Order: sequence, then structure tokens, then C-alpha cells
Amino acid sequence: MPSQERFAKGPIALFECMQQIPCNPCADACPRGAITVKEINDCPSLNEELCNGCGVCMTHCPGLSIFVVDYTYGKDVALVKIPYEFSPLPEAKTVVDALNRQGQCIGTSEVIRVQTSPNKTNIIWLSVPRELAMEVRSIRLKKGGRS
Amino acid sequence: MITTEILVIGAGPAGLMAAIHAAEAGAKVLLVERADRLGGQLIKQTHKFFGSKAEFAGERGMDIAEKLINQSSDISGITIWKNAVVLGIYPDGVVTISYEGAFCTARPKKIIIATGASEKTMAFPNNDLPGIYGAGAVQTLMNVHGVIPAKRILMIGAGNIGVIVAYQLLQAGVKVAGIVEAAPQVGGYRVHAAKLQRHGVPIYTSHSIQSAHGDSCLEGVTISKLDEQWQPIDGSEQYIAVDGLCLAVGLSPLTELLWQAGCEMKFAAELGGYVPLRDANMKTSHENIYVAGDVSGVEEASAAMVEGKLAGLYVASVLGHKKDSFTKEFQTAKSQLSALRSGPASVKICTGLSKVVLEEVG
Repeated sequence: MPSQERFAKGPIALFECMQQIPCNPCADACPRGAITVKEINDCPSLNEELCNGCGVCMTHCPGLSIFVVDYTYGKDVALVKIPYEFSPLPEAKTVVDALNRQGQCIGTSEVIRVQTSPNKTNIIWLSVPRELAMEVRSIRLKKGGRS
Repeated sequence: MITTEILVIGAGPAGLMAAIHAAEAGAKVLLVERADRLGGQLIKQTHKFFGSKAEFAGERGMDIAEKLINQSSDISGITIWKNAVVLGIYPDGVVTISYEGAFCTARPKKIIIATGASEKTMAFPNNDLPGIYGAGAVQTLMNVHGVIPAKRILMIGAGNIGVIVAYQLLQAGVKVAGIVEAAPQVGGYRVHAAKLQRHGVPIYTSHSIQSAHGDSCLEGVTISKLDEQWQPIDGSEQYIAVDGLCLAVGLSPLTELLWQAGCEMKFAAELGGYVPLRDANMKTSHENIYVAGDVSGVEEASAAMVEGKLAGLYVASVLGHKKDSFTKEFQTAKSQLSALRSGPASVKICTGLSKVVLEEVG
């Protein structure tokens, strides 16, 4: 987990990848060389100074286990980027249900941006209350949309 | 009688890699596939693969299939037969094949068997009701034909196939009522389970199915909690209303041809059942028969692809087709395979392999 000081500097990738499995596409994907997977079964380690939270690794991770959090995004809100592989995609400026790791709705969130990717792992930028930045990891679309 | 240097049986990830690498080395290959299309189970895999770049990690299984199929079609040394079922391998080296309705015979110099595995099933009351599927059938319906198998489904088995197919069901718009797993913990990769949990799918560990219910089709199932001896606990039964039930309870190697050819077989529960004894070059106890992929032990597709490459390169070299880069390529592939198997997630596989892989000769 990055320190408060690192979070204060801007966006950073968070790896929720705690099990040793044979996998390393994140390390190959990072354009800044910030991610290291020494042996293929090791969990990734991040050079926090090199990472700028661009999110390229998120589209490559087969486990969809990488998120980006930016506490410098606003005064009361933080930016959380999540990987999303469902159709339909949410639209920017709409409000969606914010879900935690157990799929429970813990509030609402505004979709700031939808970054589509050719490999179909799209990235959704969410504005969430600061205190929920470490909780929100999924969304559910409103108005009969499904998550 | 068809003559060819190498007959590869099965065009899934292992067979395609074997054919490609043998033909690239200069061997003449006949690749026979029972289905009407190449790619095996890869064509149904809409998720991104684990592994490293050399095994196409980060790419979706169906895209890997397309790459390998295109590659195999572009190499002039490979003849492809689809809708071709190998019927038998005889002591004089003749292989009989049913090809598009015609009975054919072939006499290859070497055979690489890459027939894959088939799904296991489970015994419980009413397990024959319409609406109860194996995970492979669910994937075929959804991901090949675009048909949803049910409106609300329960998954049995939280190995990688169970958690992956449950996620694909969510993507197809099917409600997933939960995943039921007899073991006290999820067997599949935790990141796969986490994807489901953050969409609200419950995972019932230490639970098993007791019976299915319905008149003409599935209407619900009863599950119950298991004690430490994996026995159902009285009074823990709960009814879950579903119109679909998906079984993802393991795979068994498809070894009929190996038995028939007289290859020495051994039971290794860790590898899914009976598998052939073999050396580190994928050669069985039969001088001319090699194996690759799930038929030699159920494992991830990434490992199957590397085994296919090893078998293809090695068999071609035995027949005198040895690229200058052979030693380097072969050793690199071997290191790749042992790296894939070096982690805690592969302990079970390695235990199984230690029972059936003979010491390397030469």
C-alpha cells in the first residue's frame, strides 16, 4: 500500500494481486518500467516513484486486479479507475451505484470518463467520496442496466 | 494409404503448437481434428490468459486460437483434416481415420496425441433434467453460438473453470445465483473469484449439491453444508431457485487411443485420472507415440501450448528435421514450462507429474 505522501503526489496503481500465480503481462505492459515480476510466479512489485497511474497495466491484467486511485483529484472526492468488461458501457457524466469488493452498494459515483480499449478491457474513471476510494471496486448501472 | 511423417491427433492448443513447430522445422504433418473447426476449447475462452508473453499471456483465448489457426493454415507442410475421427492405432503402425464419412488409413512415422480431456460429472437425484449442463456446453452455447443457457444459473465447482465460466455468464447477462464448492476454499485463482464477488456473486465453500428439482426441466436445487469429513450436515439444506445448473467439477484426460496402442498408463489423481508414462521429451512407452496437452495430464492451456511446442520440435528432430536453432528453442521452451510450474499454484500438478514423467534419457 502506498504511503500518504505518495498518494498526495497523484495517481498510482494498486495491485490487488496477493496470490502467487504464473502471470506477468502487467510488467510487460508498463511503459515506464515501474512494475517488476521477478520470477513469473511472484506477485508484482511497483516502483511508486516511476508509476504515474496511467492505467495501461489495468487493461492487460488477466485477473482485472489492478486499480488506480488519485486522491489529488478533488477536495472531497477521489478518482478511482476500475477495469470493466460488461456491455453496455456506462456513459460519462452519469451516476452509477458504487459497489465494494463484496458487491454491496455503498454509495453512488459519477462516471468521469470511459476509456475503451481494443482488447475490450475498458477503464471507467469514477469520482467517489474520498473515504470510499479504498472501498469502491465495481459499479452497477442504474435504470435497469446491469453490472 | 496416406503417408505422412507426423500425424498430430487433435487441433487444440497443444496439437496446433505441435503441428506448427514440427512443420516449421521441415516435417510433413497431417493434423486431424474431430470437430468441424480448429482451436479446441480455446475458441470459447473469452477471458485473458495468464502466463508470460511466450504463451500469449494477456491475450484472450479466442484470439490466441485465431493466431494459431492462421499460422497452421499458412504453413505448407501441414495438411489439415477437420471432421476427422481417429478410430484406432494398430501394431503395424497403421492408423484408421473416419474423414468426412470416408474410411481412411494412414501410416505416419510418428504420432503426437493431443486429444485433450473431457468433463467429469456428478451423481445426484435428477441430474438428467434439462437445464443441467457441463461448463463446456455452457461455453459452447454462449461463446460460440451466442445462446444463453439459462436466466438464472448456479455453478458447481470453484476451480478456474467454474469461476471463469461464472464470470462469462455474468457478461452474457445471466444471473449467477452463486458458486458451490465442496472444498473449504476456492480452488481457482483468487483474482478470478474476486471479480465475481465484487459483482455480488456468493461463493458457498464447504457446500455441495444434494438434488435437483423440476418436472419437465430444472426449477431449483437443494444444496447443503459439508462437515470436515465432507459429509452433508443435517438441517443445513437450502433451496435455490434456478433454471440452470452448470457443473465444473474437473476434467479427465481422453486417453482411449493411448490405451488401445498399448502405451503404459498410470493413475495420477492430480492430473485428472489415467495418463501415459512419458519422458521429458513427451515420448510415451511406445517408440513412435508422443503426447502433449491435457491428454498427458489436465493443466492450464499455457502449459499445453508449451508441451505441444516441445513435442513438435522434438519429433521433427528425431525424423532429421533439426533447425540450427533447435537446441536453443527446445531448452527455452523447457525452461518456460518449468517456470510456469514453479509456483505454489502448481504444486498439485508437479506431484502428479513426478509419478509419470520418466527420467530424461540422453
